[in-house]
Amino acid sequence: MSLKIIVLAKQVPDTRNVGPDAMTPEGTVNRSALPAIFNPEDLNALEQALRLKDQNPGSTVTVVTMGPPRAADVIRESLYRGADNGYLLTDRAFAGADTLATSYALATTIKKIGVPDVILGGRQAIDGDTAQVGPQVAQKLDLPQVTYVEEILKCAEGKITVKRHIDGGVETVEAPLPVVLTVNGSAAPCRPRNAKLVMKYKRAMVPLEKPAEGLPYAEEYGKKPYLTLGQLNTADVEADLQQCGLSGSPTKVKAVQNIVFKAKENKVLTSSDADVEGLIQELLANHTIG
Amino acid sequence: MANYYSDIEELKYHLNNPMMKRIVELKERDFRDKDEFDYAPVDYADAMDSYDKVLDIVGDITANVIAPNAEGVDAEGPHCENGRVTYASGTKENLETMIKAGMNGMTMPRKYNGLNLPNVVYTIANEMVSAGDAGFENIWSLQDCIETLYEFGDEDQHKRFIPRVCAGETMSMDLTEPDAGSDLQSVMLKATFDEENNCWRLNGVKRFITNGDSDIHLVLARSEEGTRDGRGLSMFIYDKRDGGVDVRRIENKMGIHGSPTCELVYKNARAELCGSRKMGLIKYVMALMNGARLGIAAQSVGISQAAYNEALAYAKDRQQFGKEIINFPAVYDMLATIKAKLDAGRALLYQTARYVDIYKALDDIARERKLTPEERAEQKKFAKLADAFTPLAKGMNSEYANQNSYDCIQVHGGSGFMLEYACQRLYRDARITSIYEGTTQLQTVAAIRYVTNGSYIATIREFESVPVLPEYEGYMNRIKEMANKFDACTNAVKEANDQELLDIVARRLMEMAADVIMCHLLIQDATNRPDLFGKSLNVFVNYAESEVEKHFNFIRKFDSAQLDSYRQ
Repeated sequence: MSLKIIVLAKQVPDTRNVGPDAMTPEGTVNRSALPAIFNPEDLNALEQALRLKDQNPGSTVTVVTMGPPRAADVIRESLYRGADNGYLLTDRAFAGADTLATSYALATTIKKIGVPDVILGGRQAIDGDTAQVGPQVAQKLDLPQVTYVEEILKCAEGKITVKRHIDGGVETVEAPLPVVLTVNGSAAPCRPRNAKLVMKYKRAMVPLEKPAEGLPYAEEYGKKPYLTLGQLNTADVEADLQQCGLSGSPTKVKAVQNIVFKAKENKVLTSSDADVEGLIQELLANHTIG
Repeated sequence: MANYYSDIEELKYHLNNPMMKRIVELKERDFRDKDEFDYAPVDYADAMDSYDKVLDIVGDITANVIAPNAEGVDAEGPHCENGRVTYASGTKENLETMIKAGMNGMTMPRKYNGLNLPNVVYTIANEMVSAGDAGFENIWSLQDCIETLYEFGDEDQHKRFIPRVCAGETMSMDLTEPDAGSDLQSVMLKATFDEENNCWRLNGVKRFITNGDSDIHLVLARSEEGTRDGRGLSMFIYDKRDGGVDVRRIENKMGIHGSPTCELVYKNARAELCGSRKMGLIKYVMALMNGARLGIAAQSVGISQAAYNEALAYAKDRQQFGKEIINFPAVYDMLATIKAKLDAGRALLYQTARYVDIYKALDDIARERKLTPEERAEQKKFAKLADAFTPLAKGMNSEYANQNSYDCIQVHGGSGFMLEYACQRLYRDARITSIYEGTTQLQTVAAIRYVTNGSYIATIREFESVPVLPEYEGYMNRIKEMANKFDACTNAVKEANDQELLDIVARRLMEMAADVIMCHLLIQDATNRPDLFGKSLNVFVNYAESEVEKHFNFIRKFDSAQLDSYRQ
C-alpha cells in the first residue's frame, strides 16, 4: 500500500552545546553563536517516515517547515536522506508565532496540500521544548494522535500500530489512518545523507533563494524541476492573518533571564565516616536522595 | 558536530590541487553524463563541489559512527561459525551506514550505479575511515578490488558484478596460501575446467585472506597443470551465492581486530575466469596490488592522523611539574615530528593518487577510442610515475604510521601503556601496515629499479625548478644538496656492480629518494599555504636532512667486503 506521508520539521539554534556567548546581554538567543540545525527529534521522525516509505513502495515523503528562507536547509537535508519533496512556509506574517499560531499555519498548509495518511513530527523542538505543536496540529485537523512514538510496528489496511515510550516502559497502540505521530528521541537515529542524493539535490532551492538569471547554474532550474522546492506564503495557504504570527500568538514572553550557573559556595569534605554520614543526612534532608 | 573532513583542513587542501582540473576532465569527458544521470556534475566547479560534499558525509559518518564504534569493535571482533563470518556489531553498523550513504563502488562508472569519483577523492575517504577505525577500513576499502574486475573483466561480468558492489556487497582478494606469502608465484590452489558445467572449479586452501567471507572474491589459482611459476596462474571470480568456499577459522591477530582474516577451504567451488588465462599474477594481481598498496598508504596516513590527534590532546591536557607537558621541548619535539611525517607522507600519498588517476582515466578512455599520440605519451608518463611513487607512498607511510603511533604512546607515558587509551589500539593496528600488501622490504624491491634507472632523480630535478617562496630558498638549497647526496650514493652503488651490495643498501636508497621527494612536495605545499604547512616544512627538512646524511654516511663507508659480517 503506498502512503502519503508528511514530516513536520523545524530549523532550530543548536542549544545542545551552549557556550558563554549563547545569549545576548538583552536576554535573547544569540543566533550567530549557535549554528542552525535540523531539530534532532524531527530527524527521528524523518527516519520513521523513510522506513514507512521503504516498506511501502510508491509512498512519498513530503517535508513541511516554517521559517525564513534559510530554513529550506531542513528540506534539503531531508531530500539528501530520501524525502521526495518539501514546502517552506515563509512570510513575514508568520513571524513571532507561538505554538498555537505555528500549528494553525501548519494545519492550514496541510489542508491546502492535502491531508496525507501519516503526519510525523519530532516530539518537541530543542529551542522551545513545549511538545505542543504536533498535538495541536492533530487537534486542528481533527485527527487521532500518538505521542512519544519509538517505532512503527505495522501499517496496513488503514491502521497503524506503534510502540510509544511511556514512564517505566513501552506501550503498543493502534490507531486508524490518517494519524499524527510525534516521535521520541529514543527512536532510531536518522540515516546518513546519501552521496547520490546530495549530488542530485545540492542546488535544490526555494524560489526566494534561487540564483538570478545569468548567474551560475540559473539555467539548471528550467531543466530540472526537482531543484525548485515548494514555497508558500499566507495567501497561498489562504490563512487567516489574525491567527498567524504574533497576532495569532496568545503566549506573551514577560521576561527572559540570562542565567549563568556558578557555584555560590563550596564545602570541603574528607573521607572520614563523620563527613560521609553528615553528607548523607544532608542529602536525605533536602530530598536529593532517598 | 565533529567531522573528520571539515576538521582537518589539509584534506580539503589536497583535494583542491591544480592537477584536479585534468583529472576531472578525463573522468567526466565533457560532462557527458549530465543529461543521463541526475547526480552527474555539469562542469568542473560542480564536480569539485560534489567531491567536497561527498567527503563531508564520510567525515561525518567517521566522526559520529565509525570512530565511536572502534573501541567496541576492537574488543568484540568478528566470529566464525559453521564456515561463515559474523562481523562485530559495531562493524555491522558501520557497514550499513556506509551503504545507506551510498559509499560503495565510489570510483565505478555511473552506468553501473557507481559515483565515478577520482581515486584522489576515494583515497581521502579511505584515509578518514582509517583514522576512525583502521580495521573497518580494511573491509570497506576492499571495494577497490572492483577496479581490477572493471579493468580486466568482460562486459557481461561488469554488468553482473559492478552494480552489486555499488550496492554494498563486499569483496576480497584471495591470493596468499600457507606456502605462498610474499612469493605468490608458488600459489597452488587448483583451478580445473569443468566441461560438463562449462565453468571452472577451485580446490585448495587460502590463508590470511582479509574479509575472506566476502560476497565477491577475486582468486589467484593455478589453471595450468604441471606449471610451478607465475605463468601458470590465472585470476578467477568466485561468487559466494554459488557456494563451495568455507571459512575454516579466523586468525587471532595483534591489531585490526575488526577485520576478519580468514583461512578458506575451496571444495570444488564454481568460479569464472577473469581476463585471460596465465595473466593472473603477472598482470592482474600486479594491478590489484598497486591499488591495494595505495589503500594501505591511505590507511597508514589515517593512523598517523589519529596518533597525532591523540598525542596532541593528551599533551595539552596532562600536567606535570606544574604545567601542561606540551610545553616541554622533549614533548613538543615528538609532536612536531609526528605532524611533519604526517604532512610529508600525506603529500606523497595524494601526489601518487593523482598520478594514478590520470593514467587510469586515460586507460579507461582507451577502452572506448584510440588515444591521440599526446594522450598516449601522457598515459605512459603518469603510469610510470604512479608505479614509481606507489611503493614509496606505501613503504614510507606505513613505517611512519608505526613510528607515529609509537611516539603517540611515548607522549602518553605510563598511561599510554594502559589499555584504556586509544593510542595502544593505534599502535597495534599500525603494525600490520608495513607488512601486508608487500612488506617494506618488498616495496624496496619495487622501488629500487627507479633508483637505479634514474627515474626518481629525474623527477626530483624537475621539482627543483618549481618556484617557491623567497623565504624558502634556503630550504630549497638544502633539499638540492640532499638530492646530490642521494645521486652520489646511487652512482657509487651502481659502480660497485654487486647485486648483493645493492640489495643490502636498497632500503636506504629508497628512503633517501622518498625523503627528498617528500621535501619537495612539502615545500610546494608550504609555498601555497605557509600558514598550513610552513612549520612542517621546517621540521621535515631538518628531519629528512639528518636521515639522508645518515644513509649517506652508511653507504659511503660500506663495501662488498663487509657483507660477510652481515650474513648469518
